[in-house]
Amino acid sequence: MTNHLLPLFVIIPLASAFVNSLLGKRIKGFSDIISSIATLFLAVISVYSVFLIKDSGMIVYKVGGWAPPIGISMVMDGLTSFMLVTVNVIAFFISIYSINYMEKYTEKWNFYCLFLLMIAGMNGVVISGDMFNLYVFLEIAAISSYALVAFGTEHEGLEASFKYAVMGTVASSFILLGIVFLYSFTSTLNMADMSMEIARKGASCIVLLASVLFLMGFGLKSALVPFHAWLPDAHPSAPAPISAMLSGVLIKSLGIYALIRIFFSVLGAEPKILSIMMVLGVLSMMVGVILAIGQWDLKRLLAYHSISQVGYIILGIGLGTPLGILGGLFHLLNHSVFKSLLFLNSGAVEYAVGTRDLEKMGGLREKMGVTANTSLIASMSIAGIPPFNGFWSKMIIIAACVEAGHFAFAFCAVIGSILTLASFMKVQRYAFFGELKSTLNQIKEAPFFMKLSMIVLAVICVAGGLLLLPDVSKVFLGPARDAVLAGSEYAKDVFAALR
Amino acid sequence: MSVYFLCLVLFCIGLYCILRKRNLIKIIIGIAIIEYAVNLFFVLVGYKMGGRAPILSPGQSIVDMVDPLPQALVLTAIVIGLAVTALIAAIAMRVYEKYGTFDITKIRRLKG
Repeated sequence: MTNHLLPLFVIIPLASAFVNSLLGKRIKGFSDIISSIATLFLAVISVYSVFLIKDSGMIVYKVGGWAPPIGISMVMDGLTSFMLVTVNVIAFFISIYSINYMEKYTEKWNFYCLFLLMIAGMNGVVISGDMFNLYVFLEIAAISSYALVAFGTEHEGLEASFKYAVMGTVASSFILLGIVFLYSFTSTLNMADMSMEIARKGASCIVLLASVLFLMGFGLKSALVPFHAWLPDAHPSAPAPISAMLSGVLIKSLGIYALIRIFFSVLGAEPKILSIMMVLGVLSMMVGVILAIGQWDLKRLLAYHSISQVGYIILGIGLGTPLGILGGLFHLLNHSVFKSLLFLNSGAVEYAVGTRDLEKMGGLREKMGVTANTSLIASMSIAGIPPFNGFWSKMIIIAACVEAGHFAFAFCAVIGSILTLASFMKVQRYAFFGELKSTLNQIKEAPFFMKLSMIVLAVICVAGGLLLLPDVSKVFLGPARDAVLAGSEYAKDVFAALR
Repeated sequence: MSVYFLCLVLFCIGLYCILRKRNLIKIIIGIAIIEYAVNLFFVLVGYKMGGRAPILSPGQSIVDMVDPLPQALVLTAIVIGLAVTALIAAIAMRVYEKYGTFDITKIRRLKG
């Protein structure tokens, strides 16, 4: 009965958010404990699911006992378990980081409620095998993220949250419209059934229209360049753990995962759409990094880098070759590790110094050793310096570009990487190296739990390259890549797993 | 055919409202219009002129039934839309408390 594991990924965060809202206010420290336990348990079962997938290939759970295509199904394949590990492991570290960090806010239990709802939404998007269900979970995650961006109720947070909510809602409307068109074409909502129906009916302009709507909607959710305007406002204005969550996993599970699932598994990988994805990827890569260099606000700089790094991921996926997809997925994992680490570092700096302006910092290395060293590791990872994890994934993406004959894209990727290095040298130079300013003599290092999660994420950054070892890759990255490459085989696998 | 076209017009009115209006409340109304347009279109996809309610009873053959699935889904979509509208309206109220205006050209602390 391994398939009963699947609904747990949604039930646990939903239930703990509910319990939190009931008891969190009355019992002090209750919400810290319950959300840490819930996210730890989720992280453990997501890692366990990787081994399940290795043995059994694909697991399908029928919600309420109704067999698809009539009922809603939850589907777990290599890509799903890969995403679940990414989301839940990062969520656990962010949850324990928040224990100390969120002390400066009131209503801490409300924060944990929204945080757990967001995790429920993201896990739901990743695990759902039904189009409309995907939309519902996407909205759960999106609405709680709008509220979390405004959590501080300061000027910037509210303004950014309004902007983000308006753009996010329009994106969701586009996605729903795309689902409506696909439903009118195929008369089904189950992804596997839909994929078979589309393959049977052949290409049509309705499918093309729906693909464009999905590209707009999910492109906005994952902040690809023409649709990126909300990200540099929303991510810096949120509390640091939420910035880490948004940049680290939300844009990936809502945007990139959904793009991959719909374009590869449901609609079948169309070369036209893939080339659009590649161009958007290269565009985001360059525009994001160029805008990042000029920033003086630490978190805003990191937010622009998120746009740029998402470009790398989309470029790798859009290549459509096994190597490119492997690179894209690996970069997705790496980016979620080092970008959340960088946002947590910026949170620790803000916690101690009280500002995000790079010009007002300097010499923090003397006082905040752990933060400085972990951020140095994360900066080197994102800039692609060996032997950190970012180097391996970027190298694979560039090699895949060359292998597929796209030399211009490979060149852009190298340039983007160099510019990333330049802007992180700026961060290190102004924030952590140099002379300690006299105004900063009183600052202290971050508290225990913040240090703990930063150190563990830094260790993952250093050891991340080991995931490429053949034995490890066969268990973790390999099945994810195969699930993407399987394309319309997905439908057959789902119905085979039901029997 | 013309009903679908009118749906598109409604959608475009909502989009225009979001893109061109300066008042936060008007933007929220624009969002509501977009949601209504999509929901209306979804119901229309399953609607059949002169169709009857999809209730299956013994001794009746299945003819001319309206597709019930879009109606159930639209109900869910309306609830989601309600949550979004309520949240955005709450945020707009807090923005008004902080900035003292609903005009988006005056609410510009974030740039760069």
